[in-house]
Amino acid sequence: MAKYYAESHEWIELDGTTAKLGISQYAADSLGDITYVEIPASGKAVSAGDVLCTVESVKAVSDVYAPVAGTVGEGNADLEADPGALNADPENTWICKLEGVDAGSFDGLMDAAAYAKFVESL
Amino acid sequence: MPYIPNTDADRREMLAAAGFASVEDMWEKAGVKFPAPKLDGIPEGKSEFEVMSYLSGLAEKNATHLINFVGGGYYDHIIPAAADAIAARGEFYTAYTPYQPEASQGTLQAIYEYQTAICRLTGMEVSNASLYDGGTALFEAMMMAAHITGRRQVVISAAVSPIYRCMIECYCRNLDLERIEIPDGHGTDSALDAVIAAVTDRTACVIVQYPNFFGEVEDLGGLVAAAQAKGALAVCSAYPVALGCLKTPGEMGFDIVTGEGQSLGIPLSFGGPYLGFMAVKSKYMRKMPGRVVGRTVDLNGKTGYVLTLQTREQHIRREHATSNICSNESLCALNALIYLSLCGKEGFRRVGELCMSKAVYAREQLLAIPGVTPVGSGAFFNEFVIETPLDGAELVGKLIDKGFAAGFPLGRYYPERKNQILVAVTEKRTREEIKALANAMEALL
Repeated sequence: MAKYYAESHEWIELDGTTAKLGISQYAADSLGDITYVEIPASGKAVSAGDVLCTVESVKAVSDVYAPVAGTVGEGNADLEADPGALNADPENTWICKLEGVDAGSFDGLMDAAAYAKFVESL
Repeated sequence: MPYIPNTDADRREMLAAAGFASVEDMWEKAGVKFPAPKLDGIPEGKSEFEVMSYLSGLAEKNATHLINFVGGGYYDHIIPAAADAIAARGEFYTAYTPYQPEASQGTLQAIYEYQTAICRLTGMEVSNASLYDGGTALFEAMMMAAHITGRRQVVISAAVSPIYRCMIECYCRNLDLERIEIPDGHGTDSALDAVIAAVTDRTACVIVQYPNFFGEVEDLGGLVAAAQAKGALAVCSAYPVALGCLKTPGEMGFDIVTGEGQSLGIPLSFGGPYLGFMAVKSKYMRKMPGRVVGRTVDLNGKTGYVLTLQTREQHIRREHATSNICSNESLCALNALIYLSLCGKEGFRRVGELCMSKAVYAREQLLAIPGVTPVGSGAFFNEFVIETPLDGAELVGKLIDKGFAAGFPLGRYYPERKNQILVAVTEKRTREEIKALANAMEALL
């Protein structure tokens, strides 16, 4: 399934009922050099808009929001040693997975084209 | 007034641009009314000599010449003259708070070295730049444990300083935290067992003191393991001078170690300024409150120091900050660093050994007095409890008239210990002073 974006600049990609999510290029660029990614603990149930975890850069701490509801699954352990990977390739570096995701809940999100337009308007 | 750089010419130009004849004209047109202060009753100023004379008279009302055997967390240790001589240097004494590293390398390096010293002293991996005092440091440790574990229950031994427990109780009054206090076991092992038994899988942390408030030294390794087995953090409030001679809390496996640094080259000063220290395991580094100084390299590869991990603090993280503290006790931490550096490892150990041997001697002398009985039979560092036929506060009061601060009357915080006093002995006490105390006490009993 294709990638979808939230207005809060997270992307989410569904595969069956498991989704991978991360932050967009725009978000990574705005944050600056990322120094630490707090991987959320697995097992927690989240609703759309809940804070999943935080990403720290040299100048700020940003909340990462769950674009849709689900249960937090596996976290990307590579980010512990190399948080800079999120700056290098944010669109292809996942932060964590969400389990039990409903494909129907993606209606409020933007596809890549719509998101690109949205970013231009900012 | 002297800090406003505007000249009279600047003011005239501004007034002209705004269309006012004068500043008073501006206030009047703006409808601002100033209250007219009444300064009638204030007497004429006094000369510098008269003021010094008056204030000295007031200061002399303080009993600063009592021979001091009071501890309870704050101790009368020797402070080498060199400590103040170095700390009072203008470069340190009036240095600004180090938010601009390029202008604060001296301060930052000193704090970094202080952090290193605290790690070595406690046997822990990471220290912060210091907190306000031992009591608030213990509170911060408790809150840290609550955040890390997500749990809201805290188990605390009553053998932790009653002053600290009072502070924690005050801070917690409006927080959703369940505090379980375990009564002290009157010098028996049962106290530690009771603390362990109270730890559940809802406990965020267990808090103990080392040596405990009664001066007792206990091996807390078992308690640490039991707490961690239930997913709770083990928090230790420690007396730094004791750590020069005893097994460190780090060796026992504690997760967080805090304490009062006053004993490290800081005068008693009637309650402050004091120095809170905190050291933690590496994995909790990002959850620590307070400032942290880190060492790094600049663009040219030269060593430099900065305030780091500031994303924990409230000026960046706002309501998600680890705590609201954004300062440290820089000058007191500097005194502690200087003191420890001047002592050196061997010297510091020697201070502790003197404290211990003099305490043993003092205890022997006091227990030889008919009517004085020991309380607790276990190992102690430099503080111990004795019981007499007299009420503790009454006895201490009478001994003040004889020139001694003989000890801390425990009945003030432990109602069942009304006739007991806590006696502390430091390297500063001489054989003559100890004998004199024993004689004075014997005469009263």
